[in-house]
Amino acid sequence: MKRNVPLMVAIIAGYVMILAYFSPYTEGWGEKVMVWFDILAAIAFVLGGGNLLKVHLKKVSDRQAGWAYSVITVVAFLVMLIVGLGKIGVHPHEKYAHMAWSGNFSAIGSPFWWLYEYTFKPLQATIFAMLAFYVASAAFRAFRAKNFEAILLLGTAFIILLGRTAAGPYITGWFPDWIEGLEADKLSTYIMEVFNTAGNRAIMIGIALGTASVSLKILLGVDRSYLGSGEE
Amino acid sequence: MLDFFRNLDRRWIFLLMGLSVAVPILLQWQFPETPSALSQAVFDEVEALNEGDRVLFAFDFDPGSEGELGPMATSWVRHCCEKKLKMYFMSLWPVGQQMITDNIKRVIEADFPHLVYGEDYVNLGYKAGNEGVIKVIISDLRQLYTTDAEGTATDNIPMMEGIDSIKKMDLLVNISAGYPGTKEWVQFAVTRYPDDIRMVAGCTGVQAPLLYPYIPEQLPGLLAAIKGAAEYEKLVMDKYGGENPDAKYFEGKRRMGPQLVAHMLMILLIIVGNIIFFVDRKRGKRS
Amino acid sequence: MNRENLIWVVLFVIGGAILLGRAMLSEHGMGKAYVKAVEKDRVRTSEPAVYPNEDEQDITWISADEAREQGIDVEALGDDDHKQWTIYDPATLTAYQAEMAVDPNQTTYQFSLSRSVGIWFAAFMTLFVLTFLIKDNPFYKVAESIFIGISAAYWMVVGFWSTVTPNLIGKLSPDLVRGWAMPGLSRDEPVELMYLIPLGLGAMLLWRLSPKGGWIARWPMAFIIGVFCGLRLITFLHADFLTQIRNGIVPLWVTDTAGAFDFWESLRNVFLIVGVLSCLVYFFFSFEHKGIVGKTAKLGIWFMMITFGAAFGYTVMGRIALLAIRLEFLFDDWLWLIDPTNKRVEAVVSMLGLF
Repeated sequence: MKRNVPLMVAIIAGYVMILAYFSPYTEGWGEKVMVWFDILAAIAFVLGGGNLLKVHLKKVSDRQAGWAYSVITVVAFLVMLIVGLGKIGVHPHEKYAHMAWSGNFSAIGSPFWWLYEYTFKPLQATIFAMLAFYVASAAFRAFRAKNFEAILLLGTAFIILLGRTAAGPYITGWFPDWIEGLEADKLSTYIMEVFNTAGNRAIMIGIALGTASVSLKILLGVDRSYLGSGEE
Repeated sequence: MLDFFRNLDRRWIFLLMGLSVAVPILLQWQFPETPSALSQAVFDEVEALNEGDRVLFAFDFDPGSEGELGPMATSWVRHCCEKKLKMYFMSLWPVGQQMITDNIKRVIEADFPHLVYGEDYVNLGYKAGNEGVIKVIISDLRQLYTTDAEGTATDNIPMMEGIDSIKKMDLLVNISAGYPGTKEWVQFAVTRYPDDIRMVAGCTGVQAPLLYPYIPEQLPGLLAAIKGAAEYEKLVMDKYGGENPDAKYFEGKRRMGPQLVAHMLMILLIIVGNIIFFVDRKRGKRS
Repeated sequence: MNRENLIWVVLFVIGGAILLGRAMLSEHGMGKAYVKAVEKDRVRTSEPAVYPNEDEQDITWISADEAREQGIDVEALGDDDHKQWTIYDPATLTAYQAEMAVDPNQTTYQFSLSRSVGIWFAAFMTLFVLTFLIKDNPFYKVAESIFIGISAAYWMVVGFWSTVTPNLIGKLSPDLVRGWAMPGLSRDEPVELMYLIPLGLGAMLLWRLSPKGGWIARWPMAFIIGVFCGLRLITFLHADFLTQIRNGIVPLWVTDTAGAFDFWESLRNVFLIVGVLSCLVYFFFSFEHKGIVGKTAKLGIWFMMITFGAAFGYTVMGRIALLAIRLEFLFDDWLWLIDPTNKRVEAVVSMLGLF
């Protein structure tokens, strides 16, 4: 019950998807299963939120180090959740003005929108922007032309960095006709279309085979690691 | 001197990077753009469509990558408005629906107020399920999209008439910041139905190299990062900008200013780092 | 207080003083948001011809102007039949100033306190995150904690309203959803009891939160994993294996339209094929990388290095663009040092003139 049923569920669901790909008669099954999958994906957000709440509330109740930050997380979570699920400050839909819940939950001007626009958006964008600083630091400290392979990597990075801005044509635009193919912008395009394509195509083929073999192992019941230890 | 660089606190590098981006923004430096073949291919794909043709926009990005992808989204919507195409917006990213709303406000409602919601454009919104959504809407759109983002039944939206799946679209435009995104659209839509679905995409710099193997067979055009956005923007504005174009349509070009200076800084940092390395190696050999 | 902390405190005080001065003492200020008020005046109508037995869902609302055109005495209607509210669209200072120049008493364009506070809050959140570059500190941790809480709730809310409501509750009980949150939902939407399955699986998934009976969540997890495997097995083989092999089959002897040999195109195709094959040989570990295999694998490594170099270049490119948009926000929306999109033509001063 604890291990065999989930094993069967995974195998049946997997084979339904495979059958749905090959036969028009079973395509409808695949669609149905996919819709259920999509609904579960939405419910997984609830699981994520619930888990976050659980972890941080435990941290607060145990007075673990940094518990005050957990309080902030919990408060931010609950405020966003309440204004979003409660559609607080959202006007009704124009066509259904008598129904208070008919408006769009993220309507411009609502508290949910305010929290998105002035909190979520700047925070997420800045956290991603921080990587620009770290990539610069890493380039200074770690990018060393130690051997031929490293020189190839560095050289390509140089050409791409030059060729993908106006600096490339400006610095290398004077090259005579017979070597114009070596101008930074043209060379960077060539590298992307030929060498990068070849390398990434090989990686892609490798990943495809890896994904297929992992999937097969699960669908054949060889790999059962996702079922856990079986004790709980 | 070398000792100074060898023991350089990384915060000086952070400061240099900050200044290399901040100064060009403050001084509003801009540089000319020359469209590449891939950007031209994207432009040509949209140009080849006729008035009333259907375009599905999948806005699979969020504020974390808006700096790169926002400008191309703006230009793309503008291009489709100019071509009088019917625009269907959707997203596989939860925050993507905000990106859709922003673009509708910024471009359609501001500069094309005569376009009617439900007749010329529709916001289908976000659905959870990543590639699972593509898998469903590729054969039956209404299984998932029973309503648009505003809660109106899809059956009651005039431009949804006759649209039972996204195979009915004349072009699919995907703006992608990662997973799920262009790769999944290529895998689940284009590769499965190569005769029915044609797609062009815009993506972040991180993704761009990974997508090249799909070009041109599975992906005829690609706008790679902010450079691709600036190139496409130039193509669109050169043709449709008019005499006094709005500055919001030159966001990509504007952002290429700091890009150039920061790229030069990166090259300089790598060179300095390697000079230190070689000097140290030489000294090490001697001793 | 050690020297480093003292320097930071002095820098913060100077920065704060400049900000305050610019915001309060300068004529134009900074970090202010403006909105355009749009009045919504709606009147209730019903369509008995379509739905003889009118219930709540059949009621639609039209604008008051339309109602007046139809001869309805709007002013005589009660609160249940006539509703008014105002929404506020984003506007620019330029538009506000233009309207004020025409009519100083106009109220259509207004200064928005809540959105101005929002801009300041967003600016401080941006700066809080950036302080991590100096070192880990409480400001960063506060910003990080807020972000974690807000984003988890955001995804939950979006998941609930965009998928759970229409695609689960709306399938099991369309009338409930129509009468509550989505009045526009089609009346032809049938009750589909099959959706009890995802509902049950969803409930089992949430069981993971319970301290006991964790195995219950294995069923939906197994379902998700099984679907994923079935889906990916075929798709990866089709799109990324077979199709890539097909894309890689290109002529090594390329001729142009006139039939003449095209050396550069041929060389390009040779590189493509040799590159893919040599990289694949490098990935192949069943043979020892010696002799011809070793040399081919070495060539594969070189191709890979070029690929990684290209990836590095593009990654740098992306990261810088992300930083640029944040700094643009600080300089444009908050500090009003630049105005690239002409939002407030008259207010922007030279970027060096702080006051």
